[in-house]
Amino acid sequence: MTATSENLSMVETPGVAWRKQIRFALIGALSSAFIALAGMPVGLDGRSIIQPVLSMGFLSLLWVPFVLATIAGSEVVLEGMTARTRDSKDLLAGGIVGLGSAGGLVLLMVLIQNFNLRDPLVNWSPQLLNLLSFNRSLAVGGLLWVLLGLILGVFGGAMHVLPKKLCSRIRTVVLSVFAVSVLETFLTDLLEGFRLEVLTDFVYYKRGGLEVGGALLVAALALLIPLLVGTRIRDVKKQVVDLPAEERKRVNLILLAVSAALLLVLPFFLGKIANELLANVGLFVLLALGLNVVVGLAGILDLGYVAFFAVGGYTTAVLTSPNSPGFSPELPWPIALIVVVVLTGIVGLFIGAPVIRMRGDYLAIVTLGFGEIIRLLFLSDWLSGWFGGAQGITNIPGVDVGIGTVKGTDPRSVFLLVLVFCAIAIYVSWRLENSRLGRAWMAIREDEDVAEAMGVNTTNTKLMAFVVGAVLASFSGAIFSAKVGSIFPTSFLMLVSIIILVVVIVGGMGNIAGVIVGALVLIGVLGGPKQPGLLQEFSQFKLLIYGALLVWMMLKRPEGLVPNVRRTRELHQDEFLQDAWLKGEIDTGDQEELS
Amino acid sequence: MSMLQITDLSVTFGGLHALKDLQFEVDEGEIVSVIGPNGAGKTTFFNMISGMVTPTAGDIVFEGESLLGLDPSQVTERGIARTFQNVRLFANMTILENVMVAQHCRTDQRVFGALFQTQAFKAEEDAIRKYGEEVLSFFGSRLVGYRLDQPASVLSYANRRRLEIARAMATRPRLLLLDEPVAGMNPRESAELTELIGRLRSEWGFTIVMIEHDMSVVRDVSDRVVVLDHGETIAQGPYSQVANDPKVIEAYLGRPVGSEQTDEEVRP
Amino acid sequence: MHLGGLRCNSTTVTLGTDVATTHDAKRISRVLWVDRFLTFIRLAFVVVIAVGLFAFIAQQIDPQNPLARWLNPDATGLTAPQFKGLLVTGLAQGAMYGLIALGYSMVYGVLGFINFAHGEVFMAGAMSGMITSNKLADAGLWEDAFLFCLAFVVITSILISTAVAVIMERIAYRPLRGAPRLIPLITSIGVSFFLQNVSVVLLGPGAKSYPSLPTWLSQKRSLLGFEIEGTKLVVLLTAAVSMAGLWFLVERTKTGKAMRAVAEDKEIAALMGIDVNRTIVTTFAVGGAMAGVAGILWGILFRSVIHTTGFLPGIKAFSAAVVGGIGNLGGAMAGGLSLGAAEATAPLVLLEPLGVDGVSQLRDAVAFAVLIFVLLVRPSGLFGERLSEDDRA
Repeated sequence: MTATSENLSMVETPGVAWRKQIRFALIGALSSAFIALAGMPVGLDGRSIIQPVLSMGFLSLLWVPFVLATIAGSEVVLEGMTARTRDSKDLLAGGIVGLGSAGGLVLLMVLIQNFNLRDPLVNWSPQLLNLLSFNRSLAVGGLLWVLLGLILGVFGGAMHVLPKKLCSRIRTVVLSVFAVSVLETFLTDLLEGFRLEVLTDFVYYKRGGLEVGGALLVAALALLIPLLVGTRIRDVKKQVVDLPAEERKRVNLILLAVSAALLLVLPFFLGKIANELLANVGLFVLLALGLNVVVGLAGILDLGYVAFFAVGGYTTAVLTSPNSPGFSPELPWPIALIVVVVLTGIVGLFIGAPVIRMRGDYLAIVTLGFGEIIRLLFLSDWLSGWFGGAQGITNIPGVDVGIGTVKGTDPRSVFLLVLVFCAIAIYVSWRLENSRLGRAWMAIREDEDVAEAMGVNTTNTKLMAFVVGAVLASFSGAIFSAKVGSIFPTSFLMLVSIIILVVVIVGGMGNIAGVIVGALVLIGVLGGPKQPGLLQEFSQFKLLIYGALLVWMMLKRPEGLVPNVRRTRELHQDEFLQDAWLKGEIDTGDQEELS
Repeated sequence: MSMLQITDLSVTFGGLHALKDLQFEVDEGEIVSVIGPNGAGKTTFFNMISGMVTPTAGDIVFEGESLLGLDPSQVTERGIARTFQNVRLFANMTILENVMVAQHCRTDQRVFGALFQTQAFKAEEDAIRKYGEEVLSFFGSRLVGYRLDQPASVLSYANRRRLEIARAMATRPRLLLLDEPVAGMNPRESAELTELIGRLRSEWGFTIVMIEHDMSVVRDVSDRVVVLDHGETIAQGPYSQVANDPKVIEAYLGRPVGSEQTDEEVRP
Repeated sequence: MHLGGLRCNSTTVTLGTDVATTHDAKRISRVLWVDRFLTFIRLAFVVVIAVGLFAFIAQQIDPQNPLARWLNPDATGLTAPQFKGLLVTGLAQGAMYGLIALGYSMVYGVLGFINFAHGEVFMAGAMSGMITSNKLADAGLWEDAFLFCLAFVVITSILISTAVAVIMERIAYRPLRGAPRLIPLITSIGVSFFLQNVSVVLLGPGAKSYPSLPTWLSQKRSLLGFEIEGTKLVVLLTAAVSMAGLWFLVERTKTGKAMRAVAEDKEIAALMGIDVNRTIVTTFAVGGAMAGVAGILWGILFRSVIHTTGFLPGIKAFSAAVVGGIGNLGGAMAGGLSLGAAEATAPLVLLEPLGVDGVSQLRDAVAFAVLIFVLLVRPSGLFGERLSEDDRA
């Protein structure tokens, strides 16, 4: 046994896979050409990252050679193998990928110059050629791109050659500069709240983007801060982990209380835009937490989740708005909310009951069907006497909370209200996950037949998941309708279900923190189906990015950005089983037989 | 009256008789082994008792009540628990959670208790945890040594089998159905488990029906052996009698061979 | 009854209550409230259908009769030509759904998951057909050599659709073989979303139209007592020819045999010397080709295409595959035809007499309702599914 494992560890991973590099070079060429034709370079040129050096438009092309070269250079090191030492060949490999990507662009430039591509491909504008050739001639532009591609490709390959620590430093710096630039609106708003306009003026250019000096400052900070406090944070963390359970609990509680207090104070330092943004994020956090119960915990893929959001929104509208066409009791929002919760729960049962026994994939399509049916009913003339058809319901009053009214014109109050409900949703998810019901959900997700054989009533348990998910979505719907003040069927397209699903998956299925991070990153930065995010310029590309992200996450990181230990294992079961098998060999219980 | 009584049980899968007019009964406190060559319908037999397959004809009566038409969870609630031939744990739940979730049908805290952390909820959680640990400690040093908050997938193969039995025990059954409990274990481990199966009856009071290929286990632990072949009972009785039954030997070996001792593991 | 993990053929599972038992053991109520609720829903469906049909028939007999005016006093009923027209429209669309459904059904049979993005393969076919036919029209060939152009357009769109399907399999689905069941499904949703938006960012968000068809094609002809527009006739004929070709491929060729073997059991098929990867690619390619043909038929029928063109027909085609019994190719076509006919006629035949306003808005809702109804009443479809045991789980 030991002899074989030693033999195994002598095996080195094979050298550079040249065919793979060529393949990635082709992928790079196609991606660059696609991005250019999609109109990203011109469309995003208005958003500058570092003024006047780099704009989002250029970045949309520049990342291709670098990232693809890095991916093409990564090698799988199997159990028992040692990674080979990387050398200059890897730089060359990166260069090939970079050249390929640039080559795609150059070819495209030639094509654009000589043929009329705009007949079917309408989305790129004639400025593209100027932009790509840096306002010079085609030859100069082409040459520049080849150079850029080569440099970036080699640099991407170098990420495997350079020492690990240096690479991670570089990554931190680049990502920090990018993040600070993306967060411009938000940070400006926040710093203004603290009367620190001086800082903003120094870091940011007046009309958007970082100043060169600002970028350097950010880069320096990104380099220095980990050096200064990096080890100290690790020490503190270790101390906390080493504490006895009782005290650790107390520390966690204090941390929780402090962050809750900070969150409650935050809205008062933020301006309208930032508050509005965070309120939107909060609405999606609510929706995503609900879907997380259904998909992440119980393993039921509900594609019609938007139906519950719609029912929540419409019920609130009907109950509170004086303009409700049919039945108009004009209830105050809190009382309406109770009705909404009960009603959405019932709708959850109604939709859940027929689908609960179906196979997972049939269930997905049928729930999608239900989602569409509900939207079509709200839209139809048949029920327009109740829900206003395409005209929707308008004039929905805000939420009267004694000291003031929460309504869309005052994003700060909306954000505070959303925060309260997010807290409720987080508490509910957390408590349920660690309860009899939560364990039953997980058992069903793992193996439904066995769960049933172990005494779990799968029908009722799965229905409960539907109902809990529905109720959480109805909170979001109720707040949404009070916030926007009017409600139309177009707010509840099936697109919304998919976006919520992407949020849950990108964050990490079955993981509360992950879902919140997912919503912050996606809805906050890219924006929701109709709500703009920080990168408003991306609005015409954001759905494309959502789709690509969903595929990429499923292929490469199905456990999400913030992985939940359990899910990770389930999703990488093959690797893990192999691992467990190896461990099984040295397991004391089995070794006795050998003796 | 016997604890489990099965009369004229048949099931057909698309014209194929998986089980045909099976008669079977178990008295309280018995350990019965069901043996037979592969494809004899043993696992189907278990699936039928536990409600995962509905028979085409016949009746299954457990403690005076027919189990026909019950969902598997309801069967478990009546007091019958099972393990699976190809170990099917909740691999990504922790060891403790595996035995905790098995107590689902013995507990009744719902959303309200979990949300408001009522006294009843906390008490029940404690009780579930305690009972789970108790069940796990039955396997002694085998399952200890693992931290119980590790996922079940880290367990070695033999331990997964043990955990599966523990999970079945946690449902607080009266009748335990074990599907090849020692498959894949080495002789030493299977001897140990054989002893444990005996203790499951003497200490925990379970009645046990077990499918097993390992004849030494069958010999050592069972009061009675039932031999299935092609969905029919071909022999029944104490081990010594069944082992020498020419029909049984024929079923296993395909031809009659004197009075050869089939002491070792018989596996086609 | 139970869908999960049973090693038994769904047709042979009988309900426990059907089993005659002489035992006098105590029996408790075993019907869960969910079952009762489901029975209620099934009944409600049947009642709506029955009442609607009844009122419709009453109306047809005499529009003034009180039964006809019972729920909808303004109902006018349908004349025979109107009804025939609806039926033909429905069947033509249904044939198109059927062609798309074949792709769903084949992939489900072989890989056991719903390729949600198949609707986008169809959209890609319709889009590429739009582009080539417009180019040909610009060159002045469309009018002069229509049949030649049509053949060219069909071939390009088959090629494009096939390419999209094959690339999709290679990039998105092959790495996920053997992953937990929901993973490829979610991936295919992502692929679908991505392809839709690729179309938006490359070709723009607006609807684009096909060049107009020659009048000899679109004029009405009477056939077997039906007045059929030439286009619909073309659609029905093309679907029949494609179906026959597919049947020949699957049942009579070696490739088809390999496909059936892989659908039954991938590992065993590999042991028998079948190249599983290649067979799966072939399955995607054939499904893609059918979707490409359907794309052109869409262009001929509606002459307008937009990035969301694939979504609803895709879902409906999947419903058709389920209605016909998934994995069952003849069933997929039959399912498509019945779904198309139901979708076209049901709003006016069933809902209008019930007094529902604006029934044509509810067409899509009716299509989804058909899917739900079929899955509630006969989850294995009208003509039985053909799946390997693993895929039943």
